[in-house]
Amino acid sequence: MSFLRVRDLTVTFSRPGKPPVRAVDGVSFDVASGQTVGIVGESGSGKSVTSLAVMRLLPARNVRVTGSIMLGDQELLTLPARQMRDVRGRDVAMIFQDPMTSLNPVVTVGRQLVEVIVRHDRKSTTAARHDAIALLDRVGIPDPVRRLREYPHQLSGGMRQRVMIAMAIACRPRLLIADEPTTALDVTIQAQILDLLRDLVEESGSALVMITHDLGVVAGLCEQVHVMYSGRIVESAPAAGLFARPAHPYTDGLLRSIPRIDDDHHGRLHTIRGSVRDVVAWEHGCAFQPRCDHAVDACLGGPPPVLDLSDGPPRQVRCPRPMNQPAPAPGTDRREVSA
Amino acid sequence: MSLLQVRDLKVHFPIKAGNLFTRQHGSVQAVDGVDLDVAAGTTFGLVGESGCGKSTLARAIMRLVEPTAGSVALDGQDLLGLSERRLRPMRRDFQMVFQDPMASLDPRQNVESLLTEPLRAHKIPGGPVEHARRIRELLEVVGLPATALERYPHEFSGGQRQRIGIARALVLSPKLIVADEPVSALDVSVQAQVINLLKELQERFSLTYLVIAHDLAVVRHISDTVAVMYLGSIIEQAPADQLYRSPTHPYTKALMGAVPVPDPAVEVGRNRILLQGDLPSPANPPAGCRFHTRCPWRQASRCAEERPALRTLTGGHQVACHYAEDIAAGRIQPSTTAAPRSTATVSQHEPAELLDSRRSPGGR
Amino acid sequence: MSVEEQVGAARPGDEVVKEARPTRGLRGEAMRRLLRNPMAIVGFVLILVFVAVAVFAPWIAPYSPKDNSWLSEVRPGVYPGPSAEHWLGIDPLGRDVFSRLVYGARQSLLIGVVSLAIGATVGVSIGLLAGAFGGWVDALVMRLVDIMLSVPGLLFAIAIAAMLGQSLTSVMIAIAVVNIPIFARLLRGEMLGQRAADYVLAARSLGISRAGIVFRHVLPNSFTPVIVQGTLTLALAIVEAAGLAFLGLSGSDPSAPEWGRMLTDAQVALTSAPQLALYPGLAIVLAALGFTLVGESLREALDPKLRR
Repeated sequence: MSFLRVRDLTVTFSRPGKPPVRAVDGVSFDVASGQTVGIVGESGSGKSVTSLAVMRLLPARNVRVTGSIMLGDQELLTLPARQMRDVRGRDVAMIFQDPMTSLNPVVTVGRQLVEVIVRHDRKSTTAARHDAIALLDRVGIPDPVRRLREYPHQLSGGMRQRVMIAMAIACRPRLLIADEPTTALDVTIQAQILDLLRDLVEESGSALVMITHDLGVVAGLCEQVHVMYSGRIVESAPAAGLFARPAHPYTDGLLRSIPRIDDDHHGRLHTIRGSVRDVVAWEHGCAFQPRCDHAVDACLGGPPPVLDLSDGPPRQVRCPRPMNQPAPAPGTDRREVSA
Repeated sequence: MSLLQVRDLKVHFPIKAGNLFTRQHGSVQAVDGVDLDVAAGTTFGLVGESGCGKSTLARAIMRLVEPTAGSVALDGQDLLGLSERRLRPMRRDFQMVFQDPMASLDPRQNVESLLTEPLRAHKIPGGPVEHARRIRELLEVVGLPATALERYPHEFSGGQRQRIGIARALVLSPKLIVADEPVSALDVSVQAQVINLLKELQERFSLTYLVIAHDLAVVRHISDTVAVMYLGSIIEQAPADQLYRSPTHPYTKALMGAVPVPDPAVEVGRNRILLQGDLPSPANPPAGCRFHTRCPWRQASRCAEERPALRTLTGGHQVACHYAEDIAAGRIQPSTTAAPRSTATVSQHEPAELLDSRRSPGGR
Repeated sequence: MSVEEQVGAARPGDEVVKEARPTRGLRGEAMRRLLRNPMAIVGFVLILVFVAVAVFAPWIAPYSPKDNSWLSEVRPGVYPGPSAEHWLGIDPLGRDVFSRLVYGARQSLLIGVVSLAIGATVGVSIGLLAGAFGGWVDALVMRLVDIMLSVPGLLFAIAIAAMLGQSLTSVMIAIAVVNIPIFARLLRGEMLGQRAADYVLAARSLGISRAGIVFRHVLPNSFTPVIVQGTLTLALAIVEAAGLAFLGLSGSDPSAPEWGRMLTDAQVALTSAPQLALYPGLAIVLAALGFTLVGESLREALDPKLRR
């Protein structure tokens, strides 16, 4: 049973004197309780805007959000701002890429953490302080009593991210959204943080939505993966299936173009030509068409169909010619979900 | 003969305080005794995490920061003893590619002006006509059309800007190119294009590369030799594949294990060593082996007292660890190793052969 | 990010350079943004009117500004107001107010432009010196600038004007001197910031000479705030010139048409004919407003953070 249901989420930014931009364009996905879901994409794919939209953290000015975001049986998009504030932290919490800008630089770590606990759990400050110490200890911060009195700039990048995680899990939310939580960190610290997230999710049963550009991060962490390109999800698949048999040419190209640390191949890398700026509007065809090696005429002239490839766990691809798939059995046709 | 020879290079930044009368309060030992030999026509990869001194080392070799001690020689010619004025004409031979192409290209100059300036500064013979011809040729080499000439850096995408940066580094026909994180600012789908371009150019112009990066997979892919830096010094160096196949220094092991692989089948079974804590401050590095504060193989003797020197194990594999052989032979066990992860995150239904089918030999 | 850009043929694996948009330098982009800002347009119109009036004063003004032939019509407490012959009336000394106002624009523009030219040139040179050399040169120059800045501007100008004696030149020098440290500090700060930029490092690694780096890269990239400041300074100079004239520190000829002096002259009749003070006051405000609007719009248009 999925408890986060995002349906047809569309985020449009209007810019004075210019045509509006649809940063997120009809995105739908589900997150079951306790599930880890990855949303992968490059710059401009709309992955971060999606997460901000779910948290209702997009600015109100010049932004239009439509569709539906159901958390349990609550529609978040129409929730009054006051109630949304309660949802944030209590039900859904977010971890950002840069903890330095998301922590208040002039307030001690302890006070920021205690504030969150007091606000959502309605505890006394003393009780909240005890919780805060336990939390810092849980996220692997040595000497938590001393750290509580320190300011964000006194902590290293990895420690700050641990503090952010402590704040996020303080009220035991059912859903954690992590937006590039390790991008600003070194690999050894990234490994620590990913390990921590993995443990926390397993231990608490919270669901995790991991927003990242790094397919490696997703491979080790997520059950279900959605690949975004130019505002839409182009492929959704269980991680194992996605990495073994990528169906969308973009996913396939991406996976083949990344040099791997366990690969001693030194020749030419596979490349995806062009840049993310070379796009076609989805209404006129596949946005990836200009860069696609497998494009045919049918890729232009209308939005590409979404095909259901699943023979078990949900698996969909927004491409008329999915790759790396066994041919459908004779007589059966792939179900077209929508266009 | 190595093209680039670095000996015992040190860069210490003084920590100063006070407004009018500045006093020195110790120093940050960003680079602390590095030896490097880069053979002509090869690629030397330098990896390490932020704060390890790899970028400072690159800039010291380029003489963009002044080294405190040591020597740098290019083609047998000492570079550190020269005054800036004497050095300037020699800069033709060693050029740099920067991480952020937007920041490293003057926003007010169009591509033509950006590429012509070095030719004029070095009074390269041929005059405007010959210069223009050379620039057009270079643009084609890096994969940009001639129409790019009158455009400005902000009109290009990140990958194209990096191509301009590479063209500018090539315009003086250097022998050595120092590339500091050449692809890390680019989108994943564009990184491969630039990596391929760098390799193509190396073959075409017999270039020698010193590539600095934090992405170990990228470095492995393009390098012949790889060195790992930790807190200002090289702790392990070996031919690329050997280093990645059998990392010997505990830090290298941890570093390799930490890099995520885009393949759940590999990720799930991985035996990774999680390092405890953060990088110590380079202003106050630990005594003895600089890694001993975080090393899972730390021994009671020697590690905290004696700083291990880089020593050769076997054919070109160098490591700075007192107990490298004992660790390799399994005579010393790490104190904390994360067990292979439980597999809750990945369903195990995929048949094994399917997992490998994507990477058939010659598949790329 | 635009969608309509067509993708042309290219080598496989390459990115494609957009052909759709004509190429434009940073200045061109800024100009386009500037002309889309209504505030800038208002500012430009005000400046245009101001400059036109100043340049064509002899053709616009119906009388000579010093002509006091109408003194007989003025009695204490009775000042003839607007009429067909005297659009804005007659001042307490029997002169045509409109003509004086028109010629006053000339004086204001002259003082503004000359003092700006002197102040900016000297200030920029000092800033350039400090910014290009750094080190002890910078430290020494900037301490001097700090001392100059610590004295309030108008007070400083009064002191200088009083010291140099009553003349138009001394007013211009006084205002220029006040602006020197502002330009010096601005350019120096900007240059120091630019000197740390990667493209300066890149230029050094390419073997570009120090002078080449300063004049081809650092200075052009540091100059935009100076242009903005220059526009704003013109506004300030007009107000300062009026202030000095109001205090009687302008030229030696008391009958010369100056907005500040017109305010002084209007004082005696402030109760019976307040409009006499209103006209020059309004002129000062509008002229200064024109430059301020353009200056602020320019700042916005040039701000790289607002680009695109």
